[in-house]
Amino acid sequence: MTDLSTQDAPFAGSGSSLMRRRNRRQVMLQGLGLAAISFAALMLFVLIASLVSTGYKAFIQTHITVEVFVDPEEISVEKLPRGGFRDVLLASLQKEFPDVEGRAELRSLQNIFSNGAQFQLRDMVSADQSLIGQTVTLRAPVSDPFDQLAKGLVKRETPEQLRRVSDREIDWFDTLDAAGKISQPVNWGLITNADSRFPELAGLKGALVGSFWALLVCFLISFPLGIGAAIYLEEFAPKNRWSDLIEVNINNLAAVPSVVFGLLALAVFIGWFGMPRSAPIVGGMTLALMTMPTIIIATRAALKAVPPSIREAALGVGASRHQVVFGHVLPLAMPGILTGTIIGLAQALGETAPLLLIGMNAFITSAPTSPFDSATALPTQIFIWADSPERGFVSRTSAAILVLLTFLITMNAVAIYLRSKFERKW
Amino acid sequence: MYDTPTLERTVDSNTVKFSARDVHVFYGETEAIKGVDIDILDNTVTAFIGPSGCGKSTFLRCLNRMNDTIDICRVTGKILLDGADIYDKHIDPVQLRAKVGMVFQKPNPFPKSIYDNVAYGPRIHGLARTKADLDVIVEKSLRRAALWTEAKDRLNEPGTGLSGGQQQRLCIARAVATAPEVLLMDEPCSALDPIATAQVEELIDELRQEYSVVIVTHSMQQAARVSQKTAFFHLGDLVEFGETGQIFTNPRDPRTESYITGRIG
Repeated sequence: MTDLSTQDAPFAGSGSSLMRRRNRRQVMLQGLGLAAISFAALMLFVLIASLVSTGYKAFIQTHITVEVFVDPEEISVEKLPRGGFRDVLLASLQKEFPDVEGRAELRSLQNIFSNGAQFQLRDMVSADQSLIGQTVTLRAPVSDPFDQLAKGLVKRETPEQLRRVSDREIDWFDTLDAAGKISQPVNWGLITNADSRFPELAGLKGALVGSFWALLVCFLISFPLGIGAAIYLEEFAPKNRWSDLIEVNINNLAAVPSVVFGLLALAVFIGWFGMPRSAPIVGGMTLALMTMPTIIIATRAALKAVPPSIREAALGVGASRHQVVFGHVLPLAMPGILTGTIIGLAQALGETAPLLLIGMNAFITSAPTSPFDSATALPTQIFIWADSPERGFVSRTSAAILVLLTFLITMNAVAIYLRSKFERKW
Repeated sequence: MYDTPTLERTVDSNTVKFSARDVHVFYGETEAIKGVDIDILDNTVTAFIGPSGCGKSTFLRCLNRMNDTIDICRVTGKILLDGADIYDKHIDPVQLRAKVGMVFQKPNPFPKSIYDNVAYGPRIHGLARTKADLDVIVEKSLRRAALWTEAKDRLNEPGTGLSGGQQQRLCIARAVATAPEVLLMDEPCSALDPIATAQVEELIDELRQEYSVVIVTHSMQQAARVSQKTAFFHLGDLVEFGETGQIFTNPRDPRTESYITGRIG
């Protein structure tokens, strides 16, 4: 037996300068990597934080609750849905502030209500005509300046002439608030209303439905075509110069700027085929053009990843080419194909430029009922709101971005889940 | 381990199953098989031996036209199965492969249940009219592959969950389920441990009763253990073909002798 302690250490070089330099480099490389990741994470955090800090205010909406006497002199069954709903509303406020007089003053008082309040009352009365002659409790959104005031975005310290609400109006608002007539419930209108000129009424319903139709059309076109093309190219096409050319072009197509697809769609779908402008069907077809290369590439990769031994096994027992593909290869490749498709659709959901070119950035105040109606989509709605001057749209833009990001993250999460659940180790 | 002395191994059949004449195989410009003439007998285990890249696998894959699936591969010459040219344009390779089953180097069961693995061939060829017929075929095939006792209680479990040796026997069961006349085996034991190898070799000898078996192997010991006839390939040529005992004890060609004594390979 050798005495271990007397042996020369075989790694005696560890203290040498070469070793030290090598270790220092290793530490530096790790440090750089860590710094890069920290920077990326920080930027992401800043983005989300800024969106949330401006956007969260759009998820609540200041409302005013008033007792409205539905005056039969102003509103009658015969004239519905017309009627003096505005005046009835004003009268309910006048009860609170009997000393307000004069046209200008009264109009300011009226302006506490959102423009939508009268329609809300109208719909209430139209639905139940027995309300005429009775007093009803109405909770309606306040107009944007008062909403901003309530949320502290209009500052009371600002000199009166620079403020959107006068001292007088602030007094009214505070009186109402003190009387418990002001509340700030969750702003479901953000999801259930379509677009509006008035920020307090504007919502994403039109954009959500428009995006849904567009994505549905996009999926119905790009999924079967993309998979079909990929199967043909991967499994059946002879490998020659032509298939190489097609392959290169499909890869290039995936990198073409989306605005180009928008121009193409404008010229072909709207110009030649005369399809409706601003319609989700055209939007979906445009997005399908962009998504198809992504799906083809993802499908081919998934088909390639199926081990050749499975193909040989099936061929060996006498399966035909198409039995091999549809019975064995395609089912095994499906998780990969679905993942690629979802990621392609998520890309399409966030795509703005081509939709702008085909007019899906129009101002449309009702949600589409079919893919042929005019509509906006989520990203174009964000574009429109970001462009609007009213203060209320600032927070709504951020809120809309958060909604869009939620959808994108959900779709990507589903893709990751599918991949991890069905991934097969060979 | 199954170990009959090679000299006592005799060929007891004279029916020719496959007969190949002047077969050449090209991969693009490269000639992988340079004119092979061979007669493969029924109810006989024929072993193809030779160093890597000698063309033994390529030639084996000509026998059920698996080479058709490779774009750049070209086969010339004549290969007759029971007197019919399998490269005739009226022959459907799909039908041919049902008659000439194949077992691959790496066990490759489908990622399906054991039952579905075996039933796949009969299903696509319409060999079973009813579920009961199919059950009979599956049982018979699994018995023939000596897997029935191990698998009968877990027919619905995935075939990929079996051990390597069981998987390979499952692949043999899958191949015999289409009622083939010939079984081609491409190094069927190279991914298996010695015990599983012994089981498969034993099985190969039993399969000889009903099929003509052609086996490509890297191991000369295996060729000596399981085959009645041996063909030695070298650089695309069929150097020598004869009874296994004669090849291993009294090779006529110096190249064969070099190979079996370990000087080339």
